[in-house]
Amino acid sequence: MSTVHAHTVLIVAAILFVLGLAGVLTRKNIIFMLISIEIMLNAAGLAFVAAGSRWQQADGQIMYLFILAMAAAEVSVALALVLQIQHQHKTLDVEQLTALKD
Amino acid sequence: MQQYLYLIPALPLFGFLVLSMAGKHLSRNLIAGIGAGSICASALIALILSAGFLQSPPESGAYTQILWHWFLTDHLSADISLRVDALSLVFICIITFIGALIHIYSAEFMRHDRDYARFFASMNLFVCAMLTLVMADNLVLMYLGWEGVGLCSYLLIGFWYETPGNYRAANKAFVITRIGDTAMIIGLFLLFKELGTLYIPDILTKATEHFNSGSSTITLIALLLLSGGIGKSAQLPLQTWLPDAMAGPSPVSALIHAATMVTAGVYLVARMHTLFELSPTAMHITAVIGAVTLFIAGCSAMVQTDIKRILAYSTISQIGYMFLALGVGAWSAAIFHFFTHAFFKALLFLAAGAVIEILHHEHDIFKMGGLRKKMPVIYYTFTIGAAALAALPLITAGFFSKDQILWYAWSAEGGHPLLWAIGLAGAFITALYSTRLILVVFFGEMKTTPGHLPGAAMTVPLVILAFFSIAAGWIEWPHNLLHVSIFSEHVAHALPATTLKAGLPPEIVFQLIAVGVSLFGIYSGYVLYYGESPLLMRWKQSQGLMDVRNFLFKGWKFDQLYDTLLVKPFLFITGINKADVSDKVYTAIADINLHLNKLFSVSQNGSLRWYVTGVLVGILFIITLQLLL
Repeated sequence: MSTVHAHTVLIVAAILFVLGLAGVLTRKNIIFMLISIEIMLNAAGLAFVAAGSRWQQADGQIMYLFILAMAAAEVSVALALVLQIQHQHKTLDVEQLTALKD
Repeated sequence: MQQYLYLIPALPLFGFLVLSMAGKHLSRNLIAGIGAGSICASALIALILSAGFLQSPPESGAYTQILWHWFLTDHLSADISLRVDALSLVFICIITFIGALIHIYSAEFMRHDRDYARFFASMNLFVCAMLTLVMADNLVLMYLGWEGVGLCSYLLIGFWYETPGNYRAANKAFVITRIGDTAMIIGLFLLFKELGTLYIPDILTKATEHFNSGSSTITLIALLLLSGGIGKSAQLPLQTWLPDAMAGPSPVSALIHAATMVTAGVYLVARMHTLFELSPTAMHITAVIGAVTLFIAGCSAMVQTDIKRILAYSTISQIGYMFLALGVGAWSAAIFHFFTHAFFKALLFLAAGAVIEILHHEHDIFKMGGLRKKMPVIYYTFTIGAAALAALPLITAGFFSKDQILWYAWSAEGGHPLLWAIGLAGAFITALYSTRLILVVFFGEMKTTPGHLPGAAMTVPLVILAFFSIAAGWIEWPHNLLHVSIFSEHVAHALPATTLKAGLPPEIVFQLIAVGVSLFGIYSGYVLYYGESPLLMRWKQSQGLMDVRNFLFKGWKFDQLYDTLLVKPFLFITGINKADVSDKVYTAIADINLHLNKLFSVSQNGSLRWYVTGVLVGILFIITLQLLL
């Protein structure tokens, strides 16, 4: 198994992050925005793992576990909110969900 | 006797309390009984008290009674305590005696008024406040009475508050006297700061040790106290309220002018005579103010047409004589003039009130006329009062007191020939307008048909006052004519004797001149106003003289002067500041914040995408910043 250079992995992570970000900014549906956020989180986790293997430290993998736990919690809360939004407003389009403006 | 001292002010206070609380449920007879009865009772006590005082004066020179401690702070203790010495006694007798006669008169005069109880309640409180003022043994209690008098004058001048303009007169009296009061209380503060006490006998003894004669502090204090007196006594430059104060019922005018209120200033200066003696400047100013006021007010009285305004200006003028006497150091003469003036001025106002009432509320003397036959009692009493005002020699009380003042205006230590000359001119004017008043009101042809004549309750006080307007002078004769000086001997217990200059012409010369001037004044009045006078007709044609007449008629246009000097600039400034200029800084802060709020609330548009972009831009900004720095 040939070794992969850390900066190659970091480039992949950056591409993933930008993809996620573009999803958040362009998608209308909240569920797709949530998925995009998940992608961004995983991009960050990938960067941690790559850094951990580069310096032969366990910290990177530990941080990934934290991110995993946090993402799980976030998704459970977010999906509950999404359900409520669908229930009350009969839509998941962020363009129409502007009740929190001034 | 001393232990009953408190009853003199307490009885009128009791009357006030009963009438103000239960007045609505009492019958008219009962109201009159309580209102007049309380004053009569205190008059009786005052008479017994003064009889005792005259027979055997107390060793300390005063009756005293401490009722209770009012308040006590670190250094200042004020008691509700009374002190009656020879000076206070004169005032108490006049206030209660004349007050009682005026109350008896009012019982009939106000018979048909809707607010009978309110009237008597205010009158009783007025008398009570004035008695507190003259009986107080410390200046704090005296100030209480002083303000009480101001309050009651406000209530009574505006008694018929539904008539437009009356409340204005009441406000004017209150505000203008308040100017003097403010000066006076500052004077009291200064006095306390310097001497550490406001107990009157202490002040008088300590002042001579503490102050150098003529030092600026004592002059300032004396002038501040004088300003208080000027406000209450309607002297120049605070005299404008008194002619307007005629808006009140006639008995109120009588009470204000004769017994209470306007004489408070005379009392204050006489009471504080030691302070004034220490400051020759203040004495001179007092004398000059008195002299100028008596002349100015006399001139205005000459041309008025409202019977009560004539009397009002004559009061200002007569009080001017008192201040003149105080200023030259003729203490006893000033108090003696107060004593005689109270009788004839109360008489004149009550008689004028009766005339006005009979003629269906007609105030203009040129619409009266020919009343001599219709109302003989009022005619004779009014004539006696006017004669006393004109100082008809040897018969009337006014002569004895005014002659003394004129003599001292030249001969006393602070006297000056100029002061004497102004006083003499004033005497001429007084005689002239008194004669005019009598001739126009009671002689000539009748212009208004009289209604029914007043009853005994109104005429008896007039007769009593007429008797005293003549007899009150006999207790004090000029000492070159007759050795009777009961009054000055009595007052000498409390006030210093007048010192004379050396090398004066004999007193008889002055007396003859004064007599001649009053007689000439009466004669001039007779020539001008008896029947059709060609001279007066010719004067009325002249435009210049009519301008002077209008100028005098408006009281030397002092009201207009104050209006331009004080009221207009004040209104101008308030007009500018209507939009609260001084608040602009604070409103600006609020305005800027509101504006910023509008500006930034655009960013709160509810679009999630917009927020995310915002966060992103922020992060990029921070990262760039870190990379650059």
